[in-house]
Amino acid sequence: MRGLLWAVTQRDLLLARRRRVEALLPLGFFVVAAGLFPIAIGPEPNTLKLIGPGVAWVCALLAAMLSVTQMFASDHHDGSLEQMLLAAERLEWLVLGKVLAHWLSSGVPLVLASPLIGVLFDMQAQAIATLALSLLLGTPVLSLLGAVGAALTLGLRSGASLVFLLVLPLTVPTLIFGTGAVGAVDAGLSPQAHLSLQGALLLLTLLGAPLAAAAALRISLD
Amino acid sequence: MLNARGLACRRGRRTLFRGLDMQLRPGSVTWLRGTNGSGKTSLMRILAGLSAATEGVLQWCDGAGGQLIYIGHSNALKDDLTLVEALAFLARLQGLDDADARAHRALGLLGLASRREQPVRTLSQGQRRRGALARLALDDELPRPWILDEPYDALDRDSMATLSRLIEAHAARGGMVLLTSHQSVDLAGAAEFDLEPWRCA
Repeated sequence: MRGLLWAVTQRDLLLARRRRVEALLPLGFFVVAAGLFPIAIGPEPNTLKLIGPGVAWVCALLAAMLSVTQMFASDHHDGSLEQMLLAAERLEWLVLGKVLAHWLSSGVPLVLASPLIGVLFDMQAQAIATLALSLLLGTPVLSLLGAVGAALTLGLRSGASLVFLLVLPLTVPTLIFGTGAVGAVDAGLSPQAHLSLQGALLLLTLLGAPLAAAAALRISLD
Repeated sequence: MLNARGLACRRGRRTLFRGLDMQLRPGSVTWLRGTNGSGKTSLMRILAGLSAATEGVLQWCDGAGGQLIYIGHSNALKDDLTLVEALAFLARLQGLDDADARAHRALGLLGLASRREQPVRTLSQGQRRRGALARLALDDELPRPWILDEPYDALDRDSMATLSRLIEAHAARGGMVLLTSHQSVDLAGAAEFDLEPWRCA
Protein backbone atom coordinates (compact mmCIF):
# COMPACT_ATOMS: atom_id res chain seq x y z
CA MET A 1 0.00 0.00 0.00
CA ARG A 2 2.90 2.35 0.67
CA GLY A 3 3.95 1.69 -2.91
CA LEU A 4 0.72 3.33 -4.01
CA LEU A 5 1.50 6.42 -1.94
CA TRP A 6 4.91 6.84 -3.60
CA ALA A 7 3.56 6.11 -7.07
CA VAL A 8 0.92 8.83 -6.67
CA THR A 9 3.33 11.33 -5.12
CA GLN A 10 5.95 10.77 -7.81
CA ARG A 11 3.42 11.13 -10.58
CA ASP A 12 1.95 14.33 -9.14
CA LEU A 13 5.39 15.87 -8.71
CA LEU A 14 6.22 14.94 -12.30
CA LEU A 15 2.97 16.57 -13.42
CA ALA A 16 3.82 19.69 -11.40
CA ARG A 17 7.22 19.80 -13.14
CA ARG A 18 5.52 19.57 -16.53
CA ARG A 19 3.20 22.45 -15.68
CA ARG A 20 5.68 24.68 -13.93
CA VAL A 21 3.76 27.93 -14.36
CA GLU A 22 0.65 26.46 -12.80
CA ALA A 23 2.67 24.94 -9.96
CA LEU A 24 4.43 28.21 -9.14
CA LEU A 25 1.24 30.29 -9.22
CA PRO A 26 0.59 30.03 -5.44
CA LEU A 27 4.14 31.18 -4.73
CA GLY A 28 3.71 34.15 -7.07
CA PHE A 29 0.40 35.03 -5.42
CA PHE A 30 1.97 34.81 -1.96
CA VAL A 31 4.85 37.16 -2.77
CA VAL A 32 2.80 39.68 -4.77
CA ALA A 33 -0.17 39.82 -2.38
CA ALA A 34 2.03 40.21 0.72
CA GLY A 35 4.16 42.76 -1.15
CA LEU A 36 1.12 44.96 -1.77
CA PHE A 37 0.59 45.68 1.92
CA PRO A 38 3.69 47.85 2.55
CA ILE A 39 2.79 49.82 -0.57
CA ALA A 40 -0.83 50.32 0.50
CA ILE A 41 -0.22 51.03 4.17
CA GLY A 42 2.92 53.13 3.93
CA PRO A 43 6.51 52.65 5.00
CA GLU A 44 6.06 53.21 8.75
CA PRO A 45 8.42 50.49 10.19
CA ASN A 46 6.53 49.94 13.45
CA THR A 47 3.20 49.41 11.71
CA LEU A 48 4.78 47.04 9.21
CA LYS A 49 6.49 45.05 11.95
CA LEU A 50 3.16 44.75 13.72
CA ILE A 51 1.16 43.47 10.73
CA GLY A 52 3.99 41.45 9.11
CA PRO A 53 3.33 38.00 10.62
CA GLY A 54 -0.45 38.28 10.13
CA VAL A 55 -0.15 39.37 6.52
CA ALA A 56 2.38 36.64 5.73
CA TRP A 57 0.16 33.98 7.29
CA VAL A 58 -3.10 35.10 5.66
CA CYS A 59 -1.44 35.36 2.25
CA ALA A 60 0.12 31.90 2.68
CA LEU A 61 -3.27 30.53 3.64
CA LEU A 62 -4.99 32.00 0.58
CA ALA A 63 -2.13 30.88 -1.68
CA ALA A 64 -2.41 27.31 -0.41
CA MET A 65 -6.18 27.35 -0.95
CA LEU A 66 -5.72 28.59 -4.53
CA SER A 67 -4.08 25.39 -5.67
CA VAL A 68 -5.72 22.89 -3.36
CA THR A 69 -9.19 23.31 -4.86
CA GLN A 70 -8.03 21.47 -7.97
CA MET A 71 -6.33 18.61 -6.14
CA PHE A 72 -8.68 15.89 -7.40
CA ALA A 73 -10.46 17.70 -10.24
CA SER A 74 -8.16 16.78 -13.13
CA ASP A 75 -7.87 13.16 -12.00
CA HIS A 76 -11.65 13.02 -11.76
CA HIS A 77 -12.02 14.51 -15.21
CA ASP A 78 -9.74 12.10 -17.07
CA GLY A 79 -10.74 8.94 -15.21
CA SER A 80 -7.48 8.46 -13.26
CA LEU A 81 -9.30 8.86 -9.97
CA GLU A 82 -11.58 5.91 -10.75
CA GLN A 83 -8.54 3.76 -11.47
CA MET A 84 -6.91 4.81 -8.21
CA LEU A 85 -10.11 4.08 -6.35
CA LEU A 86 -10.18 0.57 -7.84
CA ALA A 87 -6.52 -0.02 -7.04
CA ALA A 88 -6.51 1.26 -3.48
CA GLU A 89 -7.73 -0.97 -0.73
CA ARG A 90 -7.12 1.94 1.61
CA LEU A 91 -8.00 5.14 -0.15
CA GLU A 92 -6.35 7.08 2.69
CA TRP A 93 -2.89 6.25 1.31
CA LEU A 94 -3.88 7.70 -2.01
CA VAL A 95 -5.09 10.90 -0.32
CA LEU A 96 -1.85 11.10 1.66
CA GLY A 97 0.17 10.66 -1.53
CA LYS A 98 -1.66 13.50 -3.23
CA VAL A 99 -1.41 15.72 -0.15
CA LEU A 100 2.32 15.06 0.14
CA ALA A 101 2.83 16.01 -3.50
CA HIS A 102 0.71 19.14 -3.06
CA TRP A 103 2.65 20.20 0.01
CA LEU A 104 6.03 19.58 -1.62
CA SER A 105 5.10 21.49 -4.75
CA SER A 106 3.19 24.42 -3.27
CA GLY A 107 3.62 24.44 0.53
CA VAL A 108 7.40 24.15 0.74
CA PRO A 109 7.99 27.05 -1.70
CA LEU A 110 5.85 29.25 0.59
CA VAL A 111 8.02 28.32 3.57
CA LEU A 112 11.18 29.05 1.60
CA ALA A 113 9.85 32.41 0.39
CA SER A 114 8.62 33.55 3.80
CA PRO A 115 12.00 35.09 4.91
CA LEU A 116 11.69 37.41 1.92
CA ILE A 117 8.31 38.61 3.20
CA GLY A 118 9.84 38.98 6.67
CA VAL A 119 12.54 41.29 5.30
CA LEU A 120 9.89 43.24 3.40
CA PHE A 121 8.10 43.93 6.70
CA ASP A 122 11.30 44.79 8.55
CA MET A 123 11.00 41.83 10.92
CA GLN A 124 13.93 40.74 13.10
CA ALA A 125 15.97 37.66 12.26
CA GLN A 126 14.54 35.61 15.10
CA ALA A 127 10.97 36.54 14.21
CA ILE A 128 11.63 35.61 10.58
CA ALA A 129 12.98 32.22 11.61
CA THR A 130 9.91 31.63 13.79
CA LEU A 131 7.62 32.67 10.93
CA ALA A 132 9.28 30.14 8.61
CA LEU A 133 9.10 27.45 11.27
CA SER A 134 5.41 28.12 11.98
CA LEU A 135 4.68 27.96 8.25
CA LEU A 136 6.62 24.70 8.02
CA LEU A 137 4.27 23.24 10.63
CA GLY A 138 1.17 25.01 9.29
CA THR A 139 1.27 24.49 5.53
CA PRO A 140 0.82 20.69 5.73
CA VAL A 141 -2.32 21.34 7.78
CA LEU A 142 -3.59 23.60 5.01
CA SER A 143 -2.91 20.94 2.36
CA LEU A 144 -4.65 18.27 4.44
CA LEU A 145 -7.73 20.36 5.19
CA GLY A 146 -7.81 21.52 1.58
CA ALA A 147 -7.87 17.90 0.44
CA VAL A 148 -11.02 17.31 2.49
CA GLY A 149 -12.66 20.36 0.94
CA ALA A 150 -11.58 19.40 -2.57
CA ALA A 151 -12.89 15.85 -2.12
CA LEU A 152 -16.22 17.08 -0.76
CA THR A 153 -16.82 19.47 -3.64
CA LEU A 154 -15.60 17.14 -6.40
CA GLY A 155 -17.72 17.45 -9.50
CA LEU A 156 -19.61 20.52 -8.33
CA ARG A 157 -19.69 23.44 -10.70
CA SER A 158 -18.74 26.15 -8.22
CA GLY A 159 -16.49 23.80 -6.29
CA ALA A 160 -13.49 26.11 -5.98
CA SER A 161 -15.30 28.90 -4.15
CA LEU A 162 -17.08 26.36 -1.95
CA VAL A 163 -13.72 24.94 -0.87
CA PHE A 164 -12.73 28.41 0.32
CA LEU A 165 -15.90 28.73 2.39
CA LEU A 166 -15.64 25.22 3.81
CA VAL A 167 -11.97 25.11 4.61
CA LEU A 168 -11.01 28.64 5.66
CA PRO A 169 -12.92 28.51 8.98
CA LEU A 170 -11.18 25.24 9.80
CA THR A 171 -7.78 26.83 9.31
CA VAL A 172 -8.38 29.45 12.01
CA PRO A 173 -6.64 27.53 14.86
CA THR A 174 -3.44 27.02 12.91
CA LEU A 175 -3.56 30.68 11.85
CA ILE A 176 -3.89 31.80 15.47
CA PHE A 177 -1.00 29.70 16.73
CA GLY A 178 1.15 30.51 13.70
CA THR A 179 0.90 34.25 14.11
CA GLY A 180 0.93 33.85 17.91
CA ALA A 181 4.37 32.21 17.73
CA VAL A 182 5.84 35.18 15.89
CA GLY A 183 4.03 37.58 18.24
CA ALA A 184 5.59 35.82 21.23
CA VAL A 185 9.08 36.26 19.80
CA ASP A 186 8.40 39.96 19.23
CA ALA A 187 7.29 40.29 22.86
CA GLY A 188 10.49 38.63 24.00
CA LEU A 189 8.83 35.37 25.01
CA SER A 190 9.47 31.81 23.89
CA PRO A 191 7.38 30.68 20.89
CA GLN A 192 7.58 27.08 22.01
CA ALA A 193 4.03 26.78 23.37
CA HIS A 194 2.50 28.05 20.13
CA LEU A 195 4.71 25.85 17.99
CA SER A 196 3.94 22.78 20.11
CA LEU A 197 0.23 23.41 19.70
CA GLN A 198 0.76 23.78 15.96
CA GLY A 199 2.57 20.45 15.93
CA ALA A 200 -0.33 18.89 17.81
CA LEU A 201 -2.78 20.34 15.28
CA LEU A 202 -0.68 18.88 12.47
CA LEU A 203 -0.75 15.42 14.04
CA LEU A 204 -4.48 15.62 14.64
CA THR A 205 -5.18 16.69 11.06
CA LEU A 206 -2.80 14.05 9.74
CA LEU A 207 -4.89 11.40 11.47
CA GLY A 208 -8.34 12.75 10.66
CA ALA A 209 -8.18 14.48 7.29
CA PRO A 210 -7.18 11.49 5.11
CA LEU A 211 -10.07 9.46 6.54
CA ALA A 212 -12.54 12.26 5.88
CA ALA A 213 -11.21 12.96 2.40
CA ALA A 214 -11.29 9.25 1.47
CA ALA A 215 -14.91 8.95 2.62
CA ALA A 216 -15.84 12.08 0.67
CA LEU A 217 -14.15 10.72 -2.47
CA ARG A 218 -16.09 7.49 -2.27
CA ILE A 219 -19.36 9.41 -2.05
CA SER A 220 -18.43 11.79 -4.87
CA LEU A 221 -17.59 8.99 -7.27
CA ASP A 222 -20.65 6.84 -6.62
CA MET B 1 -16.58 -16.31 -10.58
CA LEU B 2 -19.05 -13.47 -10.36
CA ASN B 3 -22.48 -14.04 -8.95
CA ALA B 4 -25.04 -11.24 -8.91
CA ARG B 5 -28.59 -11.65 -7.72
CA GLY B 6 -31.50 -9.24 -7.81
CA LEU B 7 -29.47 -6.19 -8.77
CA ALA B 8 -31.34 -2.93 -9.18
CA CYS B 9 -30.00 0.43 -10.18
CA ARG B 10 -31.61 3.83 -9.78
CA ARG B 11 -30.22 6.97 -11.34
CA GLY B 12 -31.99 10.07 -10.08
CA ARG B 13 -35.69 9.20 -10.03
CA ARG B 14 -35.49 6.61 -12.78
CA THR B 15 -34.98 2.94 -12.10
CA LEU B 16 -32.85 1.55 -14.92
CA PHE B 17 -33.18 -2.16 -14.17
CA ARG B 18 -34.45 -4.33 -11.39
CA GLY B 19 -34.10 -7.95 -10.28
CA LEU B 20 -31.13 -8.59 -12.53
CA ASP B 21 -29.41 -11.95 -12.11
CA MET B 22 -26.04 -12.54 -13.66
CA GLN B 23 -23.38 -15.18 -13.47
CA LEU B 24 -19.98 -14.90 -15.07
CA ARG B 25 -17.60 -17.84 -15.08
CA PRO B 26 -13.82 -17.84 -15.40
CA GLY B 27 -12.81 -18.14 -19.03
CA SER B 28 -16.06 -16.69 -20.35
CA VAL B 29 -16.49 -13.71 -22.66
CA THR B 30 -19.79 -11.89 -22.26
CA TRP B 31 -21.09 -9.23 -24.59
CA LEU B 32 -23.45 -6.99 -22.63
CA ARG B 33 -26.18 -5.62 -24.87
CA GLY B 34 -28.86 -3.01 -24.49
CA THR B 35 -30.09 0.22 -26.04
CA ASN B 36 -28.67 3.62 -25.16
CA GLY B 37 -29.51 4.57 -21.60
CA SER B 38 -30.49 1.03 -20.61
CA GLY B 39 -27.88 0.99 -17.85
CA LYS B 40 -24.94 -0.90 -19.36
CA THR B 41 -22.36 1.49 -17.96
CA SER B 42 -24.18 1.68 -14.62
CA LEU B 43 -24.20 -2.12 -14.37
CA MET B 44 -20.51 -2.30 -15.20
CA ARG B 45 -19.67 0.31 -12.57
CA ILE B 46 -21.67 -1.64 -10.01
CA LEU B 47 -19.89 -4.88 -10.91
CA ALA B 48 -16.52 -3.12 -10.76
CA GLY B 49 -17.36 -1.82 -7.30
CA LEU B 50 -17.29 1.84 -8.28
CA SER B 51 -20.89 2.46 -7.37
CA ALA B 52 -23.33 0.69 -5.10
CA ALA B 53 -26.38 -1.16 -6.35
CA THR B 54 -29.73 0.12 -5.08
CA GLU B 55 -30.76 -3.45 -4.29
CA GLY B 56 -29.29 -6.91 -4.67
CA VAL B 57 -26.22 -8.92 -3.76
CA LEU B 58 -22.93 -9.09 -5.56
CA GLN B 59 -20.42 -11.84 -4.90
CA TRP B 60 -16.98 -12.35 -6.32
CA CYS B 61 -16.13 -15.96 -5.50
CA ASP B 62 -12.60 -17.45 -5.25
CA GLY B 63 -10.63 -14.19 -5.46
CA ALA B 64 -7.83 -15.87 -7.40
CA GLY B 65 -8.39 -13.39 -10.20
CA GLY B 66 -7.15 -10.54 -8.05
CA GLN B 67 -8.17 -6.96 -8.41
CA LEU B 68 -10.13 -6.43 -11.61
CA ILE B 69 -9.35 -4.23 -14.57
CA TYR B 70 -12.03 -1.72 -15.51
CA ILE B 71 -11.64 0.41 -18.60
CA GLY B 72 -14.44 2.94 -18.87
CA HIS B 73 -15.26 5.69 -21.34
CA SER B 74 -12.39 7.82 -20.12
CA ASN B 75 -8.90 6.58 -20.85
CA ALA B 76 -7.30 7.50 -17.50
CA LEU B 77 -4.16 8.73 -19.27
CA LYS B 78 -2.75 12.05 -18.05
CA ASP B 79 -2.45 14.65 -20.82
CA ASP B 80 0.89 15.98 -19.60
CA LEU B 81 2.66 12.65 -19.24
CA THR B 82 4.20 10.74 -22.10
CA LEU B 83 2.28 7.67 -23.18
CA VAL B 84 4.75 5.29 -21.55
CA GLU B 85 4.76 7.24 -18.27
CA ALA B 86 0.98 7.31 -18.13
CA LEU B 87 0.72 3.57 -18.80
CA ALA B 88 3.51 2.71 -16.35
CA PHE B 89 1.63 4.58 -13.63
CA LEU B 90 -1.49 2.49 -14.29
CA ALA B 91 0.68 -0.64 -14.19
CA ARG B 92 2.08 0.45 -10.83
CA LEU B 93 -1.46 0.99 -9.56
CA GLN B 94 -2.20 -2.55 -10.63
CA GLY B 95 0.63 -3.63 -8.36
CA LEU B 96 2.94 -4.83 -11.13
CA ASP B 97 6.68 -4.61 -10.66
CA ASP B 98 8.98 -3.52 -13.47
CA ALA B 99 6.20 -1.23 -14.68
CA ASP B 100 8.26 0.74 -17.20
CA ALA B 101 9.52 -2.31 -19.11
CA ARG B 102 6.03 -3.81 -19.18
CA ALA B 103 4.55 -0.55 -20.47
CA HIS B 104 7.16 -0.42 -23.23
CA ARG B 105 6.35 -3.95 -24.36
CA ALA B 106 2.58 -3.43 -24.16
CA LEU B 107 2.69 -0.29 -26.29
CA GLY B 108 4.75 -2.14 -28.88
CA LEU B 109 2.09 -4.82 -29.01
CA LEU B 110 -0.65 -2.26 -29.65
CA GLY B 111 1.35 -0.64 -32.47
CA LEU B 112 2.24 2.48 -30.49
CA ALA B 113 6.00 1.88 -30.23
CA SER B 114 6.83 5.07 -32.15
CA ARG B 115 4.49 7.20 -29.98
CA ARG B 116 5.86 6.04 -26.63
CA GLU B 117 7.66 9.25 -25.73
CA GLN B 118 4.97 11.61 -26.98
CA PRO B 119 2.78 13.50 -24.51
CA VAL B 120 -0.72 12.00 -24.40
CA ARG B 121 -2.09 15.48 -25.23
CA THR B 122 -0.67 15.26 -28.77
CA LEU B 123 -2.21 11.89 -29.62
CA SER B 124 -5.38 11.24 -31.59
CA GLN B 125 -8.52 9.82 -30.03
CA GLY B 126 -7.87 6.36 -31.44
CA GLN B 127 -4.25 6.36 -30.29
CA ARG B 128 -5.29 7.31 -26.75
CA ARG B 129 -7.83 4.53 -26.74
CA ARG B 130 -5.18 2.09 -27.85
CA GLY B 131 -2.91 3.44 -25.11
CA ALA B 132 -5.61 2.79 -22.53
CA LEU B 133 -6.21 -0.71 -23.89
CA ALA B 134 -2.48 -1.44 -23.69
CA ARG B 135 -3.21 -2.13 -20.02
CA LEU B 136 -4.64 -5.42 -21.19
CA ALA B 137 -1.27 -6.36 -22.68
CA LEU B 138 0.86 -5.68 -19.60
CA ASP B 139 1.75 -9.36 -19.22
CA ASP B 140 -0.15 -9.74 -16.02
CA GLU B 141 0.42 -13.12 -14.38
CA LEU B 142 -3.01 -13.08 -12.75
CA PRO B 143 -6.11 -13.85 -14.81
CA ARG B 144 -7.90 -10.77 -13.51
CA PRO B 145 -11.50 -10.14 -14.52
CA TRP B 146 -11.78 -7.54 -17.28
CA ILE B 147 -14.69 -5.12 -17.46
CA LEU B 148 -14.47 -3.12 -20.68
CA ASP B 149 -16.91 -0.34 -21.54
CA GLU B 150 -16.99 0.20 -25.32
CA PRO B 151 -13.39 -0.92 -25.86
CA TYR B 152 -13.81 -0.97 -29.64
CA ASP B 153 -14.71 2.73 -29.77
CA ALA B 154 -12.48 4.86 -32.01
CA LEU B 155 -10.30 1.90 -33.03
CA ASP B 156 -9.26 1.12 -36.59
CA ARG B 157 -9.72 -2.33 -38.05
CA ASP B 158 -6.25 -3.65 -37.21
CA SER B 159 -6.48 -2.52 -33.61
CA MET B 160 -9.93 -4.09 -33.31
CA ALA B 161 -8.46 -7.40 -34.41
CA THR B 162 -5.59 -7.02 -31.94
CA LEU B 163 -8.04 -6.33 -29.13
CA SER B 164 -10.15 -9.34 -30.06
CA ARG B 165 -7.03 -11.53 -29.97
CA LEU B 166 -6.12 -10.17 -26.53
CA ILE B 167 -9.61 -10.90 -25.23
CA GLU B 168 -9.62 -14.44 -26.64
CA ALA B 169 -6.18 -15.17 -25.23
CA HIS B 170 -7.28 -13.87 -21.83
CA ALA B 171 -10.36 -16.09 -21.84
CA ALA B 172 -8.21 -19.06 -22.83
CA ARG B 173 -6.05 -18.40 -19.76
CA GLY B 174 -9.16 -18.59 -17.60
CA GLY B 175 -9.81 -14.87 -17.32
CA MET B 176 -13.33 -13.46 -17.36
CA VAL B 177 -14.29 -10.69 -19.78
CA LEU B 178 -17.40 -8.53 -19.78
CA LEU B 179 -17.68 -5.94 -22.52
CA THR B 180 -20.11 -3.66 -24.30
CA SER B 181 -19.91 -2.68 -27.92
CA HIS B 182 -22.21 -0.97 -30.40
CA GLN B 183 -20.47 -2.62 -33.30
CA SER B 184 -20.89 -6.33 -33.71
CA VAL B 185 -17.94 -8.09 -32.17
CA ASP B 186 -16.07 -10.93 -33.75
CA LEU B 187 -15.13 -13.00 -30.73
CA ALA B 188 -14.96 -16.76 -30.62
CA GLY B 189 -17.26 -18.18 -27.97
CA ALA B 190 -18.70 -14.87 -26.80
CA ALA B 191 -22.05 -15.13 -25.02
CA GLU B 192 -24.59 -12.36 -25.32
CA PHE B 193 -26.31 -10.93 -22.28
CA ASP B 194 -29.25 -8.67 -23.03
CA LEU B 195 -30.38 -6.10 -20.46
CA GLU B 196 -33.84 -5.77 -22.06
CA PRO B 197 -35.74 -8.26 -19.83
CA TRP B 198 -34.81 -6.38 -16.64
CA ARG B 199 -35.41 -2.90 -17.89
CA CYS B 200 -37.91 -0.71 -16.13
CA ALA B 201 -39.99 1.64 -18.20
